[in-house]
Amino acid sequence: MKVDINPSCDAQNELAQRESFLSNIKYLIVGTLFGIVFVKAEIISWFRIQEMFRMQSFHMYGVIGTAVVVGMISLFIIKKLNIKTLNGEEIVIAKKPFSKGLIYGGFMFGLGWAITGACPGPLFAQIGSGYLVVIVTFLSAVFGTWTYGLLQKHLPH
Amino acid sequence: MLEFIKQPWHWSVAGVFIGLTVPVLLIIGNKNFGISSSLRHICAACIPANIPLFKYNWKNEIWNLFFVFGVLLGGFLGTFGLANEADIQVAQSTIDDLRVFGVSDFKNLMPTDIFSFDNLFTLKGLFFFIIGGFLVGFGTRYAGGCTSGHSIMGLASLQWPSLVATIFFMLGGFAMTHLGLPIIFNLINK
Repeated sequence: MKVDINPSCDAQNELAQRESFLSNIKYLIVGTLFGIVFVKAEIISWFRIQEMFRMQSFHMYGVIGTAVVVGMISLFIIKKLNIKTLNGEEIVIAKKPFSKGLIYGGFMFGLGWAITGACPGPLFAQIGSGYLVVIVTFLSAVFGTWTYGLLQKHLPH
Repeated sequence: MLEFIKQPWHWSVAGVFIGLTVPVLLIIGNKNFGISSSLRHICAACIPANIPLFKYNWKNEIWNLFFVFGVLLGGFLGTFGLANEADIQVAQSTIDDLRVFGVSDFKNLMPTDIFSFDNLFTLKGLFFFIIGGFLVGFGTRYAGGCTSGHSIMGLASLQWPSLVATIFFMLGGFAMTHLGLPIIFNLINK
């Protein structure tokens, strides 16, 4: 396992080999399972997010905490056993560089999270669950990302 | 089996599945887990407008768009194929707090008194869809990631900047819930 210290984006594709369009179907399948878990454990619920920020239920803390621990153990095992990707490449973790944007942007996202009851993942699952009005929230989020891109060089980092 | 699947899942089951997404994506294709980047790829693909942030080879990151389309599809299958049979059980204290704001539907995952098209062109819609969505999109990009990229992938790989981001996600959420929402609901319910 090695670290990419200068990734070009977050959620970086670190695969050296090129993939065919169709081989992307496997990410669609993982995403689908992920979306099912989101609905079945009610993670996409606006109420679960309200409970979390009011500290009136352990549910979301349990979900995120368990996910972090499982992720941590998995990465430890990958490192210890030097596990490779299916096509034999060394696994690469993208570095998360520090910037003041983590503070300002993080706080802004938190404000939006409590209003919409959704981080970007659940937005997609809410739309799939039939809350079609969330398409508007999603489009506004795309516009927010675009506006950040427009203003990037004028903002403190 | 199907009966088990049709119950709402315990947080620990969900946490294990979500945590396993990290190694699964790495092993099947050396992909770092993160979802908000999909919003950036959509900008890069559809409205790049010569903005430096959107000038990169988004096609190399197309896996991420497949992934989020899967999340949407999973939302559909989970709701219309394997739905939880009982109504959602919201904590009584949360119900009491939200009733004060005029929320009255506690049966569904989302309160229909907020999340319906009827509210689209109202003050409620402005806050809950337009402003809320904008903050999610702007904030996650400014922070370089969201709950998946920072709070799960970043914390699992022991990167301290992701801890900073996670702390500020939570602070923003607490501030909005306890200071912002009372003001917003007060305006809406006037």
